[in-house]
Amino acid sequence: MDNLSVEHLTGIKDLTRQDIELIFKTADSFKEVINRPIKKVPSLRDITIANLFFENSTRTKLSFELAEKRLSADVINFSASGSSVKKGETLIDTVNNILSMKVDMVVMRHPNPGAAKFLSERISAKVVNAGDGTHEHPTQALLDAFSIRERLGSVEGKKVVIVGDILHSRVALSNIYCLQKLGAEVMVCGPTTLIPKYIHELGVKVEHNLRAALEWCDVANMLRIQLERQDIKYFPSLREYSMQFGLNKEILDSLDKEIIVMHPGPINRGVEITSDVADSKQSIILQQVENGVAVRMAVIYLLAAKIERH
Amino acid sequence: MIPSIFVSMEKQVILNSRHFELTLNRLCYQLIERHHDFSDTVLIGLQPRGVNVLARLKSQLEAILGTPVTCGNLDITFYRDDFRRRERPIIPSATNIDFVIEGKQVVLIDDVLFTGRTIRSGLDALLAFGRPKKVELLALIDRRFNRDLPIQADYVGKSVDTLSTERVSVEWKEIEGEDKVVLFTPEANG
Repeated sequence: MDNLSVEHLTGIKDLTRQDIELIFKTADSFKEVINRPIKKVPSLRDITIANLFFENSTRTKLSFELAEKRLSADVINFSASGSSVKKGETLIDTVNNILSMKVDMVVMRHPNPGAAKFLSERISAKVVNAGDGTHEHPTQALLDAFSIRERLGSVEGKKVVIVGDILHSRVALSNIYCLQKLGAEVMVCGPTTLIPKYIHELGVKVEHNLRAALEWCDVANMLRIQLERQDIKYFPSLREYSMQFGLNKEILDSLDKEIIVMHPGPINRGVEITSDVADSKQSIILQQVENGVAVRMAVIYLLAAKIERH
Repeated sequence: MIPSIFVSMEKQVILNSRHFELTLNRLCYQLIERHHDFSDTVLIGLQPRGVNVLARLKSQLEAILGTPVTCGNLDITFYRDDFRRRERPIIPSATNIDFVIEGKQVVLIDDVLFTGRTIRSGLDALLAFGRPKKVELLALIDRRFNRDLPIQADYVGKSVDTLSTERVSVEWKEIEGEDKVVLFTPEANG
């Protein structure tokens, strides 16, 4: 019970409900730590962590780095731009080179689905998936569920709608697994072209009308349109998308209840969410970012507990 | 709850509920002797079991003094020196210190002082809340001669001579149903 059932965090799919609850309980303590005058604990002072980012990231990279530093780990950073990846080095070679420098844990973001799993089967260091293509982004889902638990007291029995580009979203898939494991009901909402055809087989509801989805839910998680992953046109124009699926103050106020609005960032203001909604008191977007550090500290701490001492 | 390995052990009550109360009372008056009205003093209970001692002392002190005493709970899990040396990680408990200890006299409170390693971690953890003027240590039970580190208590409920293979358990009316301290000794040919 007090140990994770996994050796790496490659996806929420592999976690048990007990694992998620253990991570949350540990994150509660870290949340208290990061609100102290001195926001740092010495637990991981003999651990070295490499952050390998083969794809762009601002928030996730900063959040992981801060989490690692607040646990007193030594941190090295690597990003694909300006590295030997451009010179044709393979993923395994790049990572093995970094591991020869005695690294205990690897946090990796990679554009290819399954990259974290692939790596975890081939290296001795612990692997944390910080997003692998359109597959999973487990720490984002954990911090989303943690934020819902913080705001509503629990996740069990809550209704959560994920709105937007479900097809290209690793956040959506990880969120679906995580929320369902914790006993929440999940719905996805978006244009037909951006909803994967067989997604109902995961046990989620599908809705193409934003108002109907909002009337059903307690929490709305608004996703960004991932234009960088869309090789063809999935909808006529951003303006049309925004008119049908964008969350604005008008529609939010017309509901007969106060729902919670989330967004994993980065926000495209005026597309999936308007500024007044993003900055309203129903939005917990900035709490999500704060909780991200605590949740990542918990994940790293619990995985580091499993690293053998040399 | 007593782990199963201790079931085959011999039990001996070293502090019954009558003496338990007397001891806590004496500790209160010893604290008042040095800290007067507690205007410059904070009491900090170490999680998980030191907070029970603190809760009892706090209510007794406040009854005697008639004024509130500033108290907090401190969890030392992330400061332990045995991370990755144990089979399983320890689940942290809550830290509630909503005041700054800068310049204050701090009394750290724990139920059993054994190797001194918890207190070492506690001293480390305390620094995250400021630089105290002075730190003292109160232990309900002092298992003297078992120390791994040069740490001694300023206030002691009862000193006991124990072997490191023995185990001391402080039980509470609120949790276990009765105030008492029990010494478990492994049976000689068990």
